Amino acid sequence: MQLTLEFGGGLDLLCQSVKIHHVDVTPNVENGKLTLRDLLSWVRTSLIKERPEMFMKGDSVRPGILVLVNDCDWELCGGHDTELEEKDVVVFISTLHGG
Amino acid sequence: MEEGKRAVGRLCSICSQRRPALKRPKTLEQICRECFYAVFEEEIHRVIMENHLFKAGERIAVAASGGKDSTVLAYVLSELNRRHDYGLDLFLLSVDEGITGYRDDSLETVKRNEIQYGLPLKVVSYKDLYGWTMDEIVKVIGLKNNCTFCGVFRRQALDRGAALLKVDKLVTGHNADDMAETVLLNILRGDIARLSRCTFIMTGEDGPIPRCKPFKYTYEKEIYAYFKKLDYFSTECIYSPNAYRGFAREFIKDLERIRPQAILDIIRSGEDFRISSSTRMPDQGTCERCGYISSQKLCKACVLLEGLNRGLPKLGISRTREAINGSERLHKTGRLPKAEAERPILQSKPCGNLEF
Repeated sequence: MQLTLEFGGGLDLLCQSVKIHHVDVTPNVENGKLTLRDLLSWVRTSLIKERPEMFMKGDSVRPGILVLVNDCDWELCGGHDTELEEKDVVVFISTLHGG
Repeated sequence: MEEGKRAVGRLCSICSQRRPALKRPKTLEQICRECFYAVFEEEIHRVIMENHLFKAGERIAVAASGGKDSTVLAYVLSELNRRHDYGLDLFLLSVDEGITGYRDDSLETVKRNEIQYGLPLKVVSYKDLYGWTMDEIVKVIGLKNNCTFCGVFRRQALDRGAALLKVDKLVTGHNADDMAETVLLNILRGDIARLSRCTFIMTGEDGPIPRCKPFKYTYEKEIYAYFKKLDYFSTECIYSPNAYRGFAREFIKDLERIRPQAILDIIRSGEDFRISSSTRMPDQGTCERCGYISSQKLCKACVLLEGLNRGLPKLGISRTREAINGSERLHKTGRLPKAEAERPILQSKPCGNLEF
């Protein structure tokens, strides 16, 4: 599944200082679906090169990191269970440092 | 795109027409982008009016770092000033700490903002004011207390810049999350003097340049959502390991995830604290050397600067009074009397952001 991932607010530093990643993520083999939960663990293993604890806490993103799916607050589209679709844009912005 | 499908078919709870894009932490309402911009601006306007932050004809400096808070603040204030006819003369005021690869980049953002919003910009630098850049200071003192130097110097630099601009007030972009964090930190440090005033929306009204915080009740999340349409700079300060504040910050965000209202409740708690009358509060005076407001003989910036210039950079950074008064005594008696140990004088602020 082709997705665009954006990392902002310093999170880009965790993935080689690249802010925008065009990625191809394989959906779940059983149901062919890809949820935000699946994507988080994929990002953690495949994209984050250092200090993963800056991105994840437990099995979620760290509190203070905003997640947007196609410009929509992830709290509105189902949180972890949001089902992603082809060409979706997912944005992660850390608010944990100053502005 | 088809975000509507994901938003469970619901509509914006304000206009009932468009798909919601944001869940407001303050009210848990689900609202669309257009309504969000409108209520965001309207709330800031209300805070300004209810607290009588400005008077017509005043000259106001926006402390601008190029980061999200001050960028949104400068933009919203200039919009509201036009829309509601506040009659304010607005300026941008930036501090150049002299941090290569950080502040020089963010200053470029402020310079663009100057043009985009048509607000005159004044930049004051540590090098000009103190003779040292942060890069030079870090070379001498290392990465341990650098945030102390930066915070103390910035606070004063802003006042000096504001005086040069001859403004009546300085506004800063401190938001609700910042304030909740500061309330907690002041409790953790037992800093009663600061606890009692850190929630004031306006401070220093008796001094030459009052400061105010129009974003006192504004959630950081909403500032991010708002500034998505603006030009801003976001990179962490390269010298910023302020661990203690970091923990407080993370704790606040943990609470927010469970119950967003917690942030406003912490601010409310801070506001409602009653400080016992037997608590001794420091007397405000002025610095003998530079005339800046100070509760000691010398202001914190002068003590720190003296340490730097004399090659004793540790001077003034410990929590006891080893500021000038103490260090003189130290020379005479060889030790610092225990009773002199005192509340910390400085406001240790993290760097890289708007913590002035």
